[in-house]
Amino acid sequence: MNYLYFLYVEFLSKYNIPKLFGDITFYVIPFCIIAAALLVVVLILVLAERKLLGYFTQRKGPNRVGLWGILQTLADAFKLLCKENITPQKADRILFNIAPILAFVPMFAALGIIPYSSEFTFVNTKTNVILYLILAAFPVLSIFIAGWGSNNKYSLFGAMRSIAQVLSYELPITFVILSVVTLASSMNLTEITLAQFSTGGVLGWFVFPCILGFVIMFISILAELNRCPFDLPEAESELICGYNTEYSGMRFAIFYLSEYAMMFANAMFISVLFLGGYLSPFGKYFFDSSFLIYFEQAFWLFLKAGILIFIMIWIRATLPRLASFDLLKFSWAFLLPLSIVNLFISVFYKLLMEGGLWH
Amino acid sequence: MTTTRLKLNLGPQHPSTHGVLRLLLELEGEKIISCEPDIGYLHRGMEKMAEKMTYIQYLPLVDRIDYLAGFFYSELLCRIVEQALCIELPDKVRAIRVMLLEMNRISSHLLWIGAFLMDLGAVSPFFYAFREREMILRYFEKLTGQRMMYNYFVFGGVRKDIDYLEDVEYIVSYLPQKLDEYEKIITENPIFLRRTEGKGILEPDTAYSFAITGANLRASGIDDDYRKSDYLYKGFDFKPIVLDNKDSWARYKARVLEIRESLNIISQALDYLKKADKLEQRLINPINLKLPQGDYSAEIEAPRGLACCFVRSDGQEKPYRLKWRTGSYYSVNLLRELLKGEYLNDAIAIAGSLDIILPEVDK
Repeated sequence: MNYLYFLYVEFLSKYNIPKLFGDITFYVIPFCIIAAALLVVVLILVLAERKLLGYFTQRKGPNRVGLWGILQTLADAFKLLCKENITPQKADRILFNIAPILAFVPMFAALGIIPYSSEFTFVNTKTNVILYLILAAFPVLSIFIAGWGSNNKYSLFGAMRSIAQVLSYELPITFVILSVVTLASSMNLTEITLAQFSTGGVLGWFVFPCILGFVIMFISILAELNRCPFDLPEAESELICGYNTEYSGMRFAIFYLSEYAMMFANAMFISVLFLGGYLSPFGKYFFDSSFLIYFEQAFWLFLKAGILIFIMIWIRATLPRLASFDLLKFSWAFLLPLSIVNLFISVFYKLLMEGGLWH
Repeated sequence: MTTTRLKLNLGPQHPSTHGVLRLLLELEGEKIISCEPDIGYLHRGMEKMAEKMTYIQYLPLVDRIDYLAGFFYSELLCRIVEQALCIELPDKVRAIRVMLLEMNRISSHLLWIGAFLMDLGAVSPFFYAFREREMILRYFEKLTGQRMMYNYFVFGGVRKDIDYLEDVEYIVSYLPQKLDEYEKIITENPIFLRRTEGKGILEPDTAYSFAITGANLRASGIDDDYRKSDYLYKGFDFKPIVLDNKDSWARYKARVLEIRESLNIISQALDYLKKADKLEQRLINPINLKLPQGDYSAEIEAPRGLACCFVRSDGQEKPYRLKWRTGSYYSVNLLRELLKGEYLNDAIAIAGSLDIILPEVDK
């Protein structure tokens, strides 16, 4: 970040703009960039999911608006924008209106924490991981508020299921992250990424010492995202989309978009923790110039996240929904013990690597 | 702190009630205390209409009683008339009818498999099932001109001779391998097993007292298939599918096996039809058709259980009273019993496994 900061201040001083202005705006710009990039990413993701689901189920998916249906999502978003925002008469107006915002903002902030390339982390604190955990769990609050505020029984069921689900899957995630933090000896995402660097490329990634943790993390993230097969909170055949039953127009679109943005953020988070983040899988970068390397690093990160998202969509096309009791049992009786085992494995591995066992 | 039971209106516009069924549920948390099915949202007065129409006027309407299995109901009405006028069908007509009925059964079961898996939250099987169903519907369209409302059986025979047998041959050779694929993606899926095995157990006694018929009954271990005593199926070699598991899984498995058995019947009919001569049938002139005074009834094993038609004729052109008995009407009633004590999430799966279709219930 420092490097970019100097570039920016230097650029401003050329035109005699005071440094104070630069200091203030420098922290606003990243969020503008995220906002713009996010919309593009989400539009692509929604289309990708629909296209892929189409191909998985022997259809073509959207292919009418624009070339290969590229503009389909835009058209849908435009349609939703034009629609009326209906607030049910007996709904809690404040909660009902605040819920979509609460879904969007934390996810927005979570994207600012991810290191996109070695110089490109918008918010870089010492304990990024914890910050991310908090932000990633935040959408549950919005789901609960939406479910409660809608004054609809289906929404309430969805909200309650969502809370039970996130509470039980948050713990395995925490233990898995703890093992990664142990391996990297840091809570900063950039340092975690760098700790996975090795000349062998792939070999340094944390997915190898804790493959178990990777799988647990992936499953738990699916549950946190309310994605199939853990989509009980928004089961369309039971709860008619659960918490967002009553939402329409742009508010619904915001829920919808934030879901996909969260999916993207979480996929990147897993990539950072286990798949070496922005590091190249070959151990060295194709480009030499410092500027192009940033883009290459971002490309690797997006590619890894993209593969994870592809797997998520694949799972959605394949599996039926879990039963509600299995869902909780699976977490408490299976994933949680395994994640603790994983923690022990990674601590042991760390000691082994540093020769700590023989001291 | 006081707790109250939650009253939930599941339907009539609910995606997994397969039409417009309304279930009045009383819930404690997600546990169902009582379930009260409310029907009639799709009532079209099929029985009353019959009293104002001549038999041939009524014939095209009966396809709409169950839009997924139209052949069965027109077969029933034809059977009533043929029975009243003591007409014996030629073997070729019988073979044609059996083949089309069984193909219709397959298309109905395929749709059910898709819809059931959709209830369980799996998206893809729905499209796979529709892909196969589409082949059958295409054939029906070629033969009868209609995809769902065929109006192909007429009193004393069929409207025209059978054709495009190579399409049927292809379907018979193609479907078994696709069924194997279904079994791979569905039957062996651990999540599917967890959600269906041991869920919604239908004891034989309950099944009898609720007058359940069809695949639901046979999945509870009772060997009762009307096709065995049906004169239409005389000479066809098949065995009824009977499973002892009694649960949702058995009801799923029974239908998949039934599709295979139907394919077996179709290939037998196909062998006969390929060798058969040109169709010779004695059709009844439907103008001024009057049934002799008396009561007539006919039964058939429809995809959703035993279907019956009862006609009381007073010697006029129009029936004095006509009554339909359809399988899913009784399955809806069964929900009262089966859903008690289940969780909402399982209840949807159990209701889905009974293969309820609302136009058939409301008539």
